[in-house]
Amino acid sequence: MKEQLQKDFDNTIRNLTLSQKDIEIKKFYLDNFINKGFPNRKEEDWKFSDINQIIKKNIGELSFYTDYTSTNKVDTSAYVDGLEHNKIVFINGRIEKIDFDYEKKNQIEIIDQSETINKFNNNSSLSDLNSAFTNKSFKIAVKEGYQLTKPLIIYHTTNSKIWSKNINLRLNFELYENSSLRLIDLFRDTSEKNFLNIFYNFDLKENSILKNYKVDKFENKNIKYSFNNIDQDRNSISETFILSSGSNFCKNEINCNLNGEYSSAFVNGIFSINNNKHHEIRTIINHLTENTKSYQLIKSVLEDSSRAVYQGKIFVNSKAQKTDGYQLSKAILLNKDSEFNAKPELEIYADDVKCSHGSASGSLNEDSIFYLMSRGLNYQQSRELLINGFLLDVVEKITDSEVKNLIKNMIGIKE
Amino acid sequence: MDNRQKEIDNLKDYKYGFTTDIENTRAPKGLNEDVIRFISNIKKEPQWMLDFRLKAYARFKQLKEPDWQKPKYPKIDYQDLYYYSAPKSMKDKPKNLDDLDPKLLETYKKLGIPLQEQKRLNGIAVDAVFDSVSVATTFREELTKQGIIFCPISEAIQNHPELVKKYLGSVIPVTDHFFATLNSAVFTDGSFAYIPEGVRCPMELSTYFRINASNTGQFERTLIVADKGSYVSYLEGCTAPMRDENQLHAANVELVALDDAEIKYSTVQNWYPGDKDGKGGIYNFVTKRGLCKGKNSKISWTQVETGSAITWKYPSCILKGDNSVGEFYSIAITNNHQKADTGTKMIHLGKNTKSKIISKGISAGFSDMTYRGLVDISSKATNSNNYTQCDSLLMGNKCGAHTVPYIKNKNSESNIAHEATTSKISEDQLHYCQQRGLSAEEAIGLIVNGFCKEVLQQLPMEFAVEAQKLVGISLEGSVG
Repeated sequence: MKEQLQKDFDNTIRNLTLSQKDIEIKKFYLDNFINKGFPNRKEEDWKFSDINQIIKKNIGELSFYTDYTSTNKVDTSAYVDGLEHNKIVFINGRIEKIDFDYEKKNQIEIIDQSETINKFNNNSSLSDLNSAFTNKSFKIAVKEGYQLTKPLIIYHTTNSKIWSKNINLRLNFELYENSSLRLIDLFRDTSEKNFLNIFYNFDLKENSILKNYKVDKFENKNIKYSFNNIDQDRNSISETFILSSGSNFCKNEINCNLNGEYSSAFVNGIFSINNNKHHEIRTIINHLTENTKSYQLIKSVLEDSSRAVYQGKIFVNSKAQKTDGYQLSKAILLNKDSEFNAKPELEIYADDVKCSHGSASGSLNEDSIFYLMSRGLNYQQSRELLINGFLLDVVEKITDSEVKNLIKNMIGIKE
Repeated sequence: MDNRQKEIDNLKDYKYGFTTDIENTRAPKGLNEDVIRFISNIKKEPQWMLDFRLKAYARFKQLKEPDWQKPKYPKIDYQDLYYYSAPKSMKDKPKNLDDLDPKLLETYKKLGIPLQEQKRLNGIAVDAVFDSVSVATTFREELTKQGIIFCPISEAIQNHPELVKKYLGSVIPVTDHFFATLNSAVFTDGSFAYIPEGVRCPMELSTYFRINASNTGQFERTLIVADKGSYVSYLEGCTAPMRDENQLHAANVELVALDDAEIKYSTVQNWYPGDKDGKGGIYNFVTKRGLCKGKNSKISWTQVETGSAITWKYPSCILKGDNSVGEFYSIAITNNHQKADTGTKMIHLGKNTKSKIISKGISAGFSDMTYRGLVDISSKATNSNNYTQCDSLLMGNKCGAHTVPYIKNKNSESNIAHEATTSKISEDQLHYCQQRGLSAEEAIGLIVNGFCKEVLQQLPMEFAVEAQKLVGISLEGSVG
């Protein structure tokens, strides 16, 4: 893999206009990655999902270079209907379109930050890989007091032009005081056997609100890793919703630092997977000061021989008195071959806190099915009704009604 | 009367493995095959036992010391330890209670430990040995009548090799983890209990009544086998503070329950935790594992952990037999600079297996406490159930309480439920108690005891009363 990396790296660099210093930085990350390789199960964070093995088994040899010189045609039919929105379109990892048509131009700033400075508080080798190979990275800043009128949808599209490729994306968001942003990540893949490695960084200033909805709904054979780092100032709110369903393998990581008083973080997620899929959500909520709050709810429905993993950690340092931390994960295993693993973790150094976690996994309640069948539904209908009700609980946590309806339609949940 | 006198005389000569001749014997410092042969030789062990030890040592050499645990400790130089030394002679031991640390005496008083027992605990030559010996012998007679074997493991190796050979290492194999392997290679003594088919052990077995038990050293090995349809309750340790010159304790405890058998294993551990600044103190790195081998078997662990500088142990149950049951009840209290990383593993292999985990952690002062547990329901363990509850109580913002459960469910017809909470003693509760005339410390003792009640109830009666007092005492000085 080393020669391949080196060769692909040289090709990538050739197409970029970088200063000598930037190249040195990128080289540093490349060397880091070459040393460490893909994470494997020996690392605690990857204990349940050995991405090294997963890549080997599903893709085999990866190539890290993609030619970004020519543009791809944007397929407008893929746009979400019935919801006016701003767009960023990635096709095969190349930014094709940034469009904030519905917003005041001077309130949103888009800064090209293609020089890589690793701000990530993440020592996984995947962040090194990302830093070494990202092609272009942008920072999107929402100015003070501005609230976007329409949501922003980021389309992550891949098509059959790429095969066995590693694609690295990076975006930075900065939300200034009193601003707000609704962001939907929509994955649409028609490609197979690629590895997407996505890093987002969010900086939330005082009183700002971020709502991030990650929707991986459509069947595909790709492997995805996504890392969100969220830094929150006083009074800010972040809401993350994850629908983990379509990809062959997908791991979402949320690292949230509650730096300012009265800041709060909400993470809600759904695993709805079948076949041989293997999905994971890992969250780390760091309560670093007084009076912060976090809430997490993860529900899973697992069919066939699928596998879901939830690793959630609430960290409370000794200054963070009056913390409120809550975490719940529930899973329904529908097939004897499905598997649910959880590691809900609490690390607490302050005494005046209320922290709790709960985790439950098991089969569908036969009594409930019996009840419904006795009322005239057949087995299949009863089962669907129960599962929908189970998942609806999470969808109802979405605070934005437009997006809530969009996601309900997508999953096919009727009220 | 004559018989009794004879017995006492026998005892004085260290009947069980030790004679006055080896009083000064000490294995050379360090760990190598020769030392292991030396230990084996001194214990007059058969060849298979030596092979067992050597096999473990060969494995030990390949292993690396684990470092994933939360409480870190200075590196131990395993070549700088004595792996065998004969028990101290009476000469070196304190002559009477006045030689002891007054602090220790104070604690004894609070726990209400009788004077004779205080002396015994500290190895003081007790004049009234007579009493305790006679009690011990009557107990022995009664056990023998029922066919129960209860003796030091070194004696069992000599007298019941077929049993020891069959079960030793069957739950904790010689190829297990670092500390367990070390124990397999160098263990010196410990307890062995065998309950024959259909026998319900008439009393709580306890090392207390096993003569010479205080000299089992730092690498203790316990093996308890409950044959079909039998029942035994075993007590380990005692509420009184125990001092020991060995810092590292790496004991192995193996339990085997055959069809319809039940083993109840209770521990109260109150070893020296080090001084107020956390200097000294014992490292308690114990491997405890129970195998529910037969169908309908049950193993239940109850532990009250208040001592040691570092406690690092996970009493586990392997639920292999169909319909078997595993239980784990734990109270862990850490104060000052104590650290604990403890919990359990429930490994469900058989059908219809059930497990229950109740863990209560209390940390105060500068201490750190971690609950780490594993619940693993394998794909064959149809219709299995687990319920886990771990609660932590924090006192002050210099201490930590952590929960790290690993939950694996590979069976769609099995259920796992886990909940954990972390909180502090509310001002309201304290206020209420104090208003009714309790001091702050008494109030905390009362509230904490209420918090631990679920676990304390699991302890055998006489133990529970002492443990309850101990819970209060362990938290002394943590208020304010």
